[in-house]
Amino acid sequence: MSILVFIETDNGNVKKSSLEAVSYAHAIAAQNQGTVTALVLGKVEESQLGALGMAGASKILHADDTALDTPSIMAYASATAKIFNDTNSDLLILAQSALATPAGARTAVKVGAAMVSNVIEVPEVSGDSFKVKRGIFTGKAFETLTVTAPKKVLVVKKNAVEMKTDGGDATVEKVSVDISEGDFKLKVLETHKQEGDVLLPEAEIVVSGGRGLKGPENWGIIEELAGTLGAATGCSKPVSDMDWRPHHEHVGQTGIKVSPNLYIAVGISGAIQHLAGVNSSKCIVVINKDPEAPFFKAADYGVVGDAFEVLPKLTEAIKAVKS
Amino acid sequence: MKILVCITHVPDTTAKIAFTDSNTKFDESGVQFIIGPYDDYALARAVELKAAHNGTVTVLNVGLANTEPTIRKALAIGADDAIRVNAAPTDSFFVASQIAAVAKDGNYDLILMGRESIDFNSGVVHALVGELLGLVSVSPVMKLEVKDGVAIMDREIEGGKQSVEIPLPFVAGCQEPIAEWKIPNMRGIMTARTKPLQVVEPVGAEEQVKLDQYSLPEAKGAVKIVQQDQIDDLVKMLQNEAKVL
Repeated sequence: MSILVFIETDNGNVKKSSLEAVSYAHAIAAQNQGTVTALVLGKVEESQLGALGMAGASKILHADDTALDTPSIMAYASATAKIFNDTNSDLLILAQSALATPAGARTAVKVGAAMVSNVIEVPEVSGDSFKVKRGIFTGKAFETLTVTAPKKVLVVKKNAVEMKTDGGDATVEKVSVDISEGDFKLKVLETHKQEGDVLLPEAEIVVSGGRGLKGPENWGIIEELAGTLGAATGCSKPVSDMDWRPHHEHVGQTGIKVSPNLYIAVGISGAIQHLAGVNSSKCIVVINKDPEAPFFKAADYGVVGDAFEVLPKLTEAIKAVKS
Repeated sequence: MKILVCITHVPDTTAKIAFTDSNTKFDESGVQFIIGPYDDYALARAVELKAAHNGTVTVLNVGLANTEPTIRKALAIGADDAIRVNAAPTDSFFVASQIAAVAKDGNYDLILMGRESIDFNSGVVHALVGELLGLVSVSPVMKLEVKDGVAIMDREIEGGKQSVEIPLPFVAGCQEPIAEWKIPNMRGIMTARTKPLQVVEPVGAEEQVKLDQYSLPEAKGAVKIVQQDQIDDLVKMLQNEAKVL
């Protein structure tokens, strides 16, 4: 089985979720005498490529066309489809993101492959049978599908597989791709990105605040805890609706869905729509002064107490163990 | 301006999820169905653009006859007419193929939908439709203005947003705060009853996936409550037991 992995970069750095995608591909390849080829489009720091080998890629194809330095869903799909066909690949793996998911979908149409997103486990492959499990109803359930088409594109959720770091060296080969003017019809006017912060969808730890924080002026205690943990900050829907926090921090069914190792919810009661956005977190800690808050039922650990007293203590305790 | 809005017919966000027939069918008993929340935002913005640009809004749903109350609600909100592709939505490629087949000859300036459905969460139908029609697809769109055949949009990116410009036509997956949800008024509800709802048969689309079965997450163990004055114990548990610090 020939597996191609789409690598997403950010300012020349390979995203961690793409290393997870390579590890995921390696897990499939290991069971099915497969090969794993990583495809990097546009600018990348050479020093970053080694990590792709350690994550399980045996070959890296690098299309260093400068037109690909700026992320473009259309151009990425055209480039990926050409390489998928040129390499006679059977399977394309991408890590879920605002860029990779639609690029993967468009690639699937171009190469005539089946498209399955939101995948959460390594597929079961036996002979021609290919079964894959994906999250549905915003994490409230799963479905197992048999993919019947011979060519396949899978978009994998974060934390679907343990990241591999003990692979070997991968060979690097330059490739050229087909992109046309039509791939750049969409013109980017401006990009606003918070610099230096841990991005919510990528974060290993998320600290979220709700109405229990009483106002945006009190967010300092959330930020201090997040800063100590190297975490991203999130919020509940009412908080973003009231403009206490920006929309891109809204965690939940109609906001950002997260699957970190640790999710700390502070002053959030736990509406079903919020739980849907966090229920694939590995560990959930809930801090709320209302012992009846429904969130406690979904939590692994709970503290019944006032956020304004608990959070500074928690931040200090974590600082103490980290020092 | 001709706008096509694709809507899903999905269980309410608070619905209890259960399955029947050896976990191969969604249990609809006692479940209220709604317009997909993200699709509702797309529809609301379409109705505003229609008013501003003297346009028309057609709603499209891929579904069996039981989705018609949901389609009528979209008509009550302000769509002019509706098309129902008479088929159960099986997977994202099938749905996208039906949308593309309807849109192909419709000369729509904008094809809008939610960024994803809240039942199957594929989040790719807009991109598949875009590719099938050879149009640019953009998602998730939080702001959409149209002037002189060009759209200016804000779309969410990880940790921020991006403003983009694109000539019509295109396909967009929408989300809040692109518009305020609209609640149908009595006049809208009355007129919706007589607005045209055309039923068309599906086009053939190759089956790519087959459902084996649905499943539910394993039940969570009981929460471990830590006292407010024993925060050090919580940190120890997160380190040694949960191994997340």
